[in-house]
Amino acid sequence: MSVLLDIQNLRIQFPGVDVPAVSGLDLQISAGETLALVGESGSGKSVSALAALRLLPKSAAVSGSITLAGVDMLTAPEALLRDVRGTKAAIIFQEPMTALNPLHTVERQVGETLQQKYRLTGPTLRARIIELLSEVGIDAPETRLASFPHQLSGGQRQRVMIAAALAGDPDLLIADEPTTALDVTLQVQILALLKALQTKRGMGLLLITHDLNVVRRMADRVIVMQRGLAVEEGTAAGVMQHPQHAYTQALIAAEPSGAPAPVPADADSVLEARDVKVWFPIKKGVLRRTVGYLKGVDGISLSLKAGETLGVVGESGSGKSTLGYALIGLLAAQGVISIADVDLSRLSGRALRPHRRHFQIVFQDPYGALNPRLAVGDLIGEGLDLHKLEPTAAGRDAKIVAVMREVGLDPEMRHRYPHEFSGGQRQRIAIARALILQPRIIVLDEPTSALDRSVQAQVIALLRDLQAKHGIAYVFISHDLAVVRAMSHRILVMRHGKIVEEGSAEAIFTNPQASYTRLLLEASKA
Amino acid sequence: MVKISPLTRRRWHTFRRNRRGYVSTLIFALLFALTLFAEVIANDRPIIVKSDAGLFFPIVTSYAETDFGGDFPTEPDYRDPYFAELVKEKNGWMIWPLIPFAFDTVSKDLGGQAPSKPDGQHWLGTDDQARDVLARLIYGFRISVLFGLCLTAISAVIGVGVGAIQGYYGGWIDLGLQRFIEVWGGLPTLYLLIILAAVVTPNFWWLLGLMALFSWMALEGVVRAEVLRVRNFDYVRAARALGASDGIILIRHVLPNAMVATVTFLPFLMNSSISVLTSLDFLGFGLPPGSPSLGELLAQGKNNIQAPWLGITGFIVLASLLTLLVFMGEAVRDAFDPRRDQR
Repeated sequence: MSVLLDIQNLRIQFPGVDVPAVSGLDLQISAGETLALVGESGSGKSVSALAALRLLPKSAAVSGSITLAGVDMLTAPEALLRDVRGTKAAIIFQEPMTALNPLHTVERQVGETLQQKYRLTGPTLRARIIELLSEVGIDAPETRLASFPHQLSGGQRQRVMIAAALAGDPDLLIADEPTTALDVTLQVQILALLKALQTKRGMGLLLITHDLNVVRRMADRVIVMQRGLAVEEGTAAGVMQHPQHAYTQALIAAEPSGAPAPVPADADSVLEARDVKVWFPIKKGVLRRTVGYLKGVDGISLSLKAGETLGVVGESGSGKSTLGYALIGLLAAQGVISIADVDLSRLSGRALRPHRRHFQIVFQDPYGALNPRLAVGDLIGEGLDLHKLEPTAAGRDAKIVAVMREVGLDPEMRHRYPHEFSGGQRQRIAIARALILQPRIIVLDEPTSALDRSVQAQVIALLRDLQAKHGIAYVFISHDLAVVRAMSHRILVMRHGKIVEEGSAEAIFTNPQASYTRLLLEASKA
Repeated sequence: MVKISPLTRRRWHTFRRNRRGYVSTLIFALLFALTLFAEVIANDRPIIVKSDAGLFFPIVTSYAETDFGGDFPTEPDYRDPYFAELVKEKNGWMIWPLIPFAFDTVSKDLGGQAPSKPDGQHWLGTDDQARDVLARLIYGFRISVLFGLCLTAISAVIGVGVGAIQGYYGGWIDLGLQRFIEVWGGLPTLYLLIILAAVVTPNFWWLLGLMALFSWMALEGVVRAEVLRVRNFDYVRAARALGASDGIILIRHVLPNAMVATVTFLPFLMNSSISVLTSLDFLGFGLPPGSPSLGELLAQGKNNIQAPWLGITGFIVLASLLTLLVFMGEAVRDAFDPRRDQR
């Protein structure tokens, strides 16, 4: 088999960064082969792929050799590079919403390459576009030609991206986290599509991912990267079953496991919600009359005891985050929500404020959840100031230090700013900010999905410890079933704002009743 | 909180790395600092007079001629040769400013007709009322920059306030204010100034007030957009969940993070403030007659084409001032651009 892409001793350094992004990577892909590049964020896997097509900014210092289909990519002139990109190798990105031009129709997105490379026009161009769209599994492609990206679903967008990448008939397809932004059921479909296309066209596939399930399912060979270095290389099955390097072992072991501490039998009920509804009015016309409602949450009842975790599972758009926001009064909701016997739904914004210390929230994105202009100590202490819990500076400082120790942060770091911390540390800061108020309930809105697997496991362990120690009740919102299983006592499966299934974690995972739950479970096991 | 955040330090570093902008800032700061002491640099009174009659500071206090041993109980004409002799008689001396003319000093001893050409006495010549151009320039520069600073500061306060309220609350408040701004922005400022000139004598403060009524809108849109963006961040939601009131959220979390666009905009806003005052002065609707101003100098240049030093001087000074500010603005923009470091 011919080698499509040959990378020797690749080194990449960005200006102003001391540590090289990639330091000495060797990589070969042959036709028809799938190579997975695995590693946590910042390990240099995406950067290497971009370098293979010379798509990095000019300021990046790249050395070594990259040969793609016989072309030396590091010295080739720009005109030759343009020929190579698209026809020899094409790339699909993680987030199809931003990778597609929002102002171009599907026809233009896919047709662009065809026009430039093959000079197709008129009916032949259109016929080829339709052919490509049906190849990637878009139903009734004729009707989709005039659609804009925002009119497509996430899965359809990713399919259009793939069609656009295939337009130049590339020998090598680089897929940079192609399914990370998609729901689990869609992930399975897209991966199956990629596999089928590869077999049919005999393409090489360079798959960049952090998800070991994807590796198991797709890859022939795998390279594990850590801090810009390939630490392990081998067949996918071999590496997965007998990892040699400590880092690979840690990655595989970091799959979430275990179960939360059992709820004490005599635990008090802390949250009682009946028939909660969050309807967003849809307004139309000049007079903005309400013509209908978007039912974000449509009549959900639930209860929660101290020390208990309720996992809320569903795909994006199922209303699980909306429910979380409604429960702690961040969104106006109808119905009865009482926390510790105080009916929140009857309180106005101002009257609600003193009660807020009893229910806190931790968000998904640890980068967006911390004000970049406040030192970490001030971020964590903000709740104390707002509720005037610690009038003296010394007492405030002592509490901040204590809570930082509790979440596993060095208290010496309290004068630093959020950008100096890693994702996992930031999530600990966010947890500390909630914890310092000694809340009864914490809503955890996908707290681990922006984190690498190994960090995820640490955060889950931390959350379980804190629960056992303080008897906090969690509402744990996630689409990641493995994480939910490791955290939850009871699980609530949501779809279109309604409860599909509800029960103990054990029952849901071993004996799911609703067909939708079964579908989710199968997809996550794949 | 004396500690400078690393972000601020990085921005300062980027700012300094833009050589052109950094040097422009230094030059501008130097010029502004110098012109702040215009009275000491260009004045028709000596800085210090020392004679047997005592020690005098005519720039600071006004004295009568009798104080110096003269005849009249009125303020002396310090530039009169008679006064110099008077001091000499009393074994005294005096220190004159570098330019012995104030902006309104009329030179009666010009060789020819005003406006006179640049010479040893009047380095940049005189205008058509025999006043020293350099002295007027120094005072005019100061008043332009001060006007620009004041107008920018006022516009920033109002613009940020209104923009923040609009962006944060949205809905009907936003809609109402937005419509108001559209109407308000359509009012013809120049006609209002002409009407004002008919009712009162427009001075510095009148002009400042009237211009401030309109110039804040330049910033309002930028701040509104920034606040709209920032208010949806999770840390704002987290602050609400912590129990923070709207006011605290705005001041502590939203505004500081929405300030980047504002700060970047300020040098350019100051630029336009200065041009507005200059054009008003040029048209004759600006500062009261006799005031030193760049616009008035340009108008003189236009009316006295036979005296090109007037127009050329005005043009060079105004162009340099505006260019300095644009370079400063560019450096500030670079400093606040987060992607700058990565390129």
